Amino acid sequence: MESIIQSLISGIVVGSIYALIALGFVLIYKSTAVINFAQGELLMFGAYLCLTLVVVLKIPFWIAFVSTLIAAALVGLLLERLFLRPMIGEPAISIIMLTIGLASFLKGIIHVIWGSETLVYPSIFPTEPLNIGGIVVSQVYLYSVFFAVICLILFNVFFRFSRSGIAMRAVANDQQAAQSMGISIKKIFAIAWAIAAVVAGVGGILIGNINGVNASLGSFGLKVFPAVILGGLDSIPGAILGGFIIGILEALSGIYLDPVFEGGSKEVVPFIVLVVVLMIRPYGLFGTEEIEKV
Amino acid sequence: MAIKCGVFKTTYEEDSAIWQTKVSKFWIALLLIVLIAFPFVFQGSRYLLYVCNSVLIAVIAAIGLNILTGFTGQISLGHGAFMGVGAYASGYLMTHLGMPFIVCVVVAGCVTAIVGMIFGIPSLRLKGLYLAIATLAAQVILEFVFVRWRAVTGGSQGMLVPPAQIGGFAFDSDFKFYFLALAFTLMAVLIAKNIVRTKSGRAFMAIRDRYISAEIIGVPIFQYKLISFGISSFFAGVAGSLWAHYIGIITPEHFNVMISIQYLSMIIIGGLGSIYGSIMGAVFMTLLPEVLRLISGLFSNQYPILVNIFGAIREGIFGLVIILFLIFEPDGLAARWKTIQNYWKLWPFSY
Repeated sequence: MESIIQSLISGIVVGSIYALIALGFVLIYKSTAVINFAQGELLMFGAYLCLTLVVVLKIPFWIAFVSTLIAAALVGLLLERLFLRPMIGEPAISIIMLTIGLASFLKGIIHVIWGSETLVYPSIFPTEPLNIGGIVVSQVYLYSVFFAVICLILFNVFFRFSRSGIAMRAVANDQQAAQSMGISIKKIFAIAWAIAAVVAGVGGILIGNINGVNASLGSFGLKVFPAVILGGLDSIPGAILGGFIIGILEALSGIYLDPVFEGGSKEVVPFIVLVVVLMIRPYGLFGTEEIEKV
Repeated sequence: MAIKCGVFKTTYEEDSAIWQTKVSKFWIALLLIVLIAFPFVFQGSRYLLYVCNSVLIAVIAAIGLNILTGFTGQISLGHGAFMGVGAYASGYLMTHLGMPFIVCVVVAGCVTAIVGMIFGIPSLRLKGLYLAIATLAAQVILEFVFVRWRAVTGGSQGMLVPPAQIGGFAFDSDFKFYFLALAFTLMAVLIAKNIVRTKSGRAFMAIRDRYISAEIIGVPIFQYKLISFGISSFFAGVAGSLWAHYIGIITPEHFNVMISIQYLSMIIIGGLGSIYGSIMGAVFMTLLPEVLRLISGLFSNQYPILVNIFGAIREGIFGLVIILFLIFEPDGLAARWKTIQNYWKLWPFSY
């Protein structure tokens, strides 16, 4: 029983990080109709950069954290300006392919700069585990969930009340109408990429603190797909819920199915559930149904 | 020998003919002679023949993916896994059931077609990006099966596959295998060329261009989508089977998601909805890493540091090439080739 609760908790923790990264996906998709396969690499970039700032340059974690996020935002802006803007108006498959190319490109650069061995964060959060009602939880986990939830709330507030947030929602809703109301679509696209990069950076730093930083972090980008699609590509609450569902599913299949299949079911079960859900609800749980006319 | 200098077609038959002019027949014949003579000239270089064989196999699989993605408009991220199904099926049939090679290839293709059609069922309800992710699910699930179903696949240790053999003649060297691969590739090109100008081919394109209109004029969409998945997977299965018999040992890593992505990039760089495009894309994307390897080999003498990070540099450049291609030639190599052709058609009076 205790082990089930333990792994449920770790499922929630991982799920909260999935939710964060999924949020980045949804953001980009909502405002630019692009699926970003390079999200995992942006995450890797954030994790590596923050680690370098903390370990090599001995900058206090909080300052490193903030400056990493600023750097991530700049990278997001740069990528959008250099690679994505020329592709406006191209078919979706070309743009997907471009982000796949981008993923490969970024991975190459990151690999050249930081090498391939696993690097470990110095213990930033207190190491002794907390005991909550008989359940032992390591503090890194708590902080991760805390950060993730803070970010999720911040973004919800941003979309609801801030000027650019509302502008982004307008663009997502109807690009032409938004443009005729005086919203600069280019600016919105740029902001979307910057925010997505920042979100990925936060996710990367959190994951890096839990698992260490190495090249396999990039695969998080693929792992988050089930979460995003499950919730519906263009729904922010969907992304958050999808993230938690996938995280918990992974944890549960780790306990119940791994003994049967000798491991590895963690990667597959989310996808199987995904296909089943999609067969019943083709646009995910909360995605907007596209009504097409001839 | 007249050179075509304009469009003078008066019937549909002429328009859809594979041999448009006598000149094109001549060039194709010349190309064939070069392809057949090639291995005799470079018989000594095993590496070169290996690269050529990889290209030929990639062409078959890329054509298959182009039928699904380029002609029918269904994005697939599971093509690598479908190749794997063909490879394992073929290997299993030969080693455990002792079937002859030709039977193995055909049955492997059919098995893959069935698997592909099963994973094509979500296309009944899913469209576009959602379908792309559903095929990604197919990739992940099949990879899991390759690793875990040890009784058939040999798990992560891999499966040993004997070389291809037809009527007592074993294709057990790069040189001999080249002709087998060439024969299969030519067949694949011809079959694909013919499929896309039949009723099914036109149905595929109608579904791609506007599926609602297609449905209204009486194209059973789901049926043709499944057929497209089946044909595409059949090609993948045959390619996988050839690869298995060529390389001799297959492991799940040969068919991971990176391979699927690579095939997708082949057809996008080559040109979606174009058989020639898939050939050019397959050639380009298979040669690119080899050329990069060659270049880095030249530099690594002077800068030994490069050897360590070579893999990373190659990956980075690979990505960059895809990006630049998409930005500067979004319609692919095939479209560029057409432009060049059209220019020369009327040269020097191009107005």
